[in-house]
Amino acid sequence: MIRSHLRKRRGIEMQDKIVEVNFGPQHPSTHGVLRVKVKLDGEVIVDAQPVIGYLHRNAEKLSEMGYYPKAQIYVDRLDYAAALNMELGFVLSAEKLMDIQVPDRALWIRMMMVELNRIASHFIWLGTHGLDMGMLSPFFYCFREREKIFRILDEITGSRLLYNYFAIGGVYSDVTPKSLEMIKTWLSDFDKNLTEIENIFKKSYIYVARTKGTGKLSLDDTISYGVTGPMLRAAGKKWDLRKNKPYLHYDQINFDVPSQQAGDVYARMLVRIEEMHQSARIVAQVLDKLPAGDFYNKKYSKPMLVRIKATGESYIPTESPKGEFGIYLVGDGSAIPYRFRIRSPSFANLSAAPAMLIGYKIADMTATLSSMDPVFGEVDR
Amino acid sequence: MSDNILVTTLDEALRWGTGKSLWPFTFGLACCALEMMSAMGSDYDWARFGSDVFRDSPRHSDLMIVSGTVTKKMAPRVRRLYDQMAFPKFVISMGACASAGGPYVRGYSVVDGVDQVVPVDVYIYGCPPRPESLIKALKLLQDRIADGKVKH
Repeated sequence: MIRSHLRKRRGIEMQDKIVEVNFGPQHPSTHGVLRVKVKLDGEVIVDAQPVIGYLHRNAEKLSEMGYYPKAQIYVDRLDYAAALNMELGFVLSAEKLMDIQVPDRALWIRMMMVELNRIASHFIWLGTHGLDMGMLSPFFYCFREREKIFRILDEITGSRLLYNYFAIGGVYSDVTPKSLEMIKTWLSDFDKNLTEIENIFKKSYIYVARTKGTGKLSLDDTISYGVTGPMLRAAGKKWDLRKNKPYLHYDQINFDVPSQQAGDVYARMLVRIEEMHQSARIVAQVLDKLPAGDFYNKKYSKPMLVRIKATGESYIPTESPKGEFGIYLVGDGSAIPYRFRIRSPSFANLSAAPAMLIGYKIADMTATLSSMDPVFGEVDR
Repeated sequence: MSDNILVTTLDEALRWGTGKSLWPFTFGLACCALEMMSAMGSDYDWARFGSDVFRDSPRHSDLMIVSGTVTKKMAPRVRRLYDQMAFPKFVISMGACASAGGPYVRGYSVVDGVDQVVPVDVYIYGCPPRPESLIKALKLLQDRIADGKVKH
């Protein structure tokens, strides 16, 4: 939707006396390297144009230069806050393209790992969102909780932030009894700790006053911009790919899809926090159901993988913490992908920024931008 | 003679003070920025080592941690932010991307190391480096400041 149309719909006229403000690319609340060209009439934003590309590092083309498994390191670095969710989108798509069967245990391990990483990603969002709204203490609480998850992921994968753990045909290493024990200990007080952090937000008068009714995006706009994930659910649509188009074993698990009607910053916070509770619920169920067996397909041992030749095309949408993520792969019969198209949720979500900014005050801008949870590895690719 | 001794002592005292009161610049570029945030977060708490508050303005800070891939579009901004910082100023190049281009070195839009844009005092390896590495880099930088071996 063009920005002049947005202005017309909200009854804003472009006056002669406007002030142009440049926001970013270096700003503590852009969560990376976003630049927004803002035009102000007094305090009201009459025009906002996001400028992206400050972190463009050729993820798609570099992935098309190597064998299929080599693309995984670039996939990891797309949404670096939730690297395992990115890997999942890639390995599912590649396995469909190559027609590889995955053992049951690997699927359950994957489910547990992506949910843990989803919680870690939402914790980063919650902490930095608090910083943007002028609250310093949630940042430290959130990072304390996030480090607990990272200790578990470190124990299982051997890495803290970028894992390279899912392999085409399974996972690289099995979960140990020690790590399962760590997860159980972590689960025992997770909900209590999260509720404690949640109350800092919900009971803060200033936070509620600043976020309720700020950065509203209606359901129609959300759908027409292609916005997915928590932002879509906050606008009133119960759409979660884990529920609506199940992959892995999500159809065998009980969990709720949280949704709100308001579509503002406060609603997005509520949706994300409820998602974290639900993710912990999924992890607890996976621990009970984890079957014994192989953790990768023995037919395709790791050195074999690089020589697999594939033909055809595949795309499996997955629910990443930011929204619908998937990789469209085209194989031309060689062992190198012919086309490696990334569908990244943050890019589509960011395109709705003008609709959420125009007509609101400049002081609400940091709240709105941080509520979108953009990650620039994924936007600029 | 006595003047000389006094000047040297003051110089050393200044260097000691500079090293123990570094104010880093909140400057996140990519993945490494998350590990930088972990280092300043509750578990690693690098305020223990005399580098306390992350400042949001380059004019308040004297340590720039280049955390992430520097693209050709971002490089002029990095230089400009460096120029805006007040003397004395120091740069830590965090991770493989900032040090030498990292996994993206073959890309057309990536600068092969931030040292082509700003002078770097300490490099850290890793993709991304763990917060412990960043704390070690800080200690190294403090030692170098105490020895007077820094680039400006």
